[in-house]
Amino acid sequence: MHTKSSTPWLYLGPALAILTFFLIYPSVNTIYLSFFGKNSRSFVGAKNYVYVFTNRTMLTALRNNALWVAIFVPSTVFLGLIFAVMLDRVKYETVIKFIIFMPMAISFVGASVIWKFVYAYRPASAPQIGLLNAFRGIFHFIPLPWLIERPLINNFCLIVVGVWVWTGFCMVILSASYKSLPKQLLEAARIDGANEWKVFWKIIFPLMIPTITVLITTQVINVLKVFDIVYVMTNGNFGTEVIANRMYKEMFNFRNFGRASTIAVVLLLFILPIMLVNLNRFRRQGAK
Amino acid sequence: MRKKRLTKTISRMPLHTIVILVALIWILPAMGVLVTSFRFPHDVASTGWWVMFKNPFNSAQYTLENYIAVITQCGIGRAFLNSFIITIPATVLPIIIAAFAAFAFAWMRFPGRQSLFVILVGLLVVPLQMTLIPILRVFNRLGLSGTFPGIWLAHTGYGLPLAMYLLHNSVAGLPGDLFDSAEIDGASSFYIFFRLVLPLCLPAIASLAIFQFLWIWNDLLVALVYLGGAPSVAPITVQVSSLVGSYGQAWELLTAAVFISIIPPLILFFSLQRYFVRGILAGSIKE
Repeated sequence: MHTKSSTPWLYLGPALAILTFFLIYPSVNTIYLSFFGKNSRSFVGAKNYVYVFTNRTMLTALRNNALWVAIFVPSTVFLGLIFAVMLDRVKYETVIKFIIFMPMAISFVGASVIWKFVYAYRPASAPQIGLLNAFRGIFHFIPLPWLIERPLINNFCLIVVGVWVWTGFCMVILSASYKSLPKQLLEAARIDGANEWKVFWKIIFPLMIPTITVLITTQVINVLKVFDIVYVMTNGNFGTEVIANRMYKEMFNFRNFGRASTIAVVLLLFILPIMLVNLNRFRRQGAK
Repeated sequence: MRKKRLTKTISRMPLHTIVILVALIWILPAMGVLVTSFRFPHDVASTGWWVMFKNPFNSAQYTLENYIAVITQCGIGRAFLNSFIITIPATVLPIIIAAFAAFAFAWMRFPGRQSLFVILVGLLVVPLQMTLIPILRVFNRLGLSGTFPGIWLAHTGYGLPLAMYLLHNSVAGLPGDLFDSAEIDGASSFYIFFRLVLPLCLPAIASLAIFQFLWIWNDLLVALVYLGGAPSVAPITVQVSSLVGSYGQAWELLTAAVFISIIPPLILFFSLQRYFVRGILAGSIKE
């Protein structure tokens, strides 16, 4: 198009102004603040960074984020893959996919309350109103306080909420990729006598690895930022703290802006390499 | 022939069983919330919600009083309204601003175009935690914290990189001849933008709008930070999470509140499913 040299800036102006004020300036400022104390007045050097990697609660938070990555990411991707392949073989595929994808529409706050009710706990003498403890009751097991039972059970229970929400997302993406596989190839293998198990592991799975890799990186980034589920269900108590919730607490409960900034920078440093790998791949795909 | 079909059906029984079981696991938690929200408080406290299966059509066990209570006494009515007041402008603003920018990036020539675009879209890597403290401080000084315009602007900033990236893809895909002939006919760039670019990109805008709407409607962190907990401005997510703190055991109230909060996203989901899935997939690189 032929325009005056000033016209593009007229169109870009609002975006530039907003992005500068809401993303560029604050990011730079947060990095700067991470080297200052509680009220951002005195320079403290790397003290906040030492705190982040030595304080006990912070270490719990880091450990839990690692736990989330280790359980949440493979679970959502693997379940998504199994559902995608399995549902392709039934006629009522759309209905079931619809059900599994539905939690994506619900807020994490909503999902957390929904699951808090599933985990509801009362002493063994009282009637159990939570689904899970009532289920245990059928087999005469004593009820468990799921969200207090540390450190593995309660963290696992929180992760289940995330898996419930995000599996549908993985399923939809993997299903699209599965349906685009060359069907003759699978048929040929079956005619040659390969069983379904072999067809899955030797043909389907290798062909879907590019999609799976993208999903894994996306899910790792998602899970590093996990906040809402933990904030609503336990608020990080009983050994369930995570990085993002810790930052919120440093900011609002303890008013320690130096430490809060540092936690944000550490989060960025975790996310950045994964994001760069992702962006690099987008660029390569664009070049093809 | 019939026998063959029968054996096929039988051999597929395990598959069907697993599929139905999975669907049940996925739907039961949400169903528990839905059922509980219509039960009487004393029933909720003394029996599990599943007892209603014994006699599901006995309407005497259902009530609307929980909904009336949360809307009038727990601030859910006000919060529901606030959520709309927050979400609608914060959905429209970034899309318009991003469309302007995408148009310039795709069809106008100016120095530094390529690198500027890469930098701005590259801001996708910034987790919003990186921005909270400085923006909150500026907001406090300007009197914008705890106000709707403040959160509209914040969500606009957070939504822009993704919106620009997606709209650029579809604006750049429009046929350039169209703009050339419009220019020859004397159309201004504004005319071209509003009469050609926006209408032609409507499908992309629809998907993006759904994604942005959901993201903001379901947001908790941004609202907590910039609005605080004041009931006059708090959106429904903030209000529900504070009810969890104050009414932790009153499940009939919590479940009713949650159900109200998920009605608008569910309506979007049911009515615009195609755009919905597309929007979520497109937005996945942001999350």
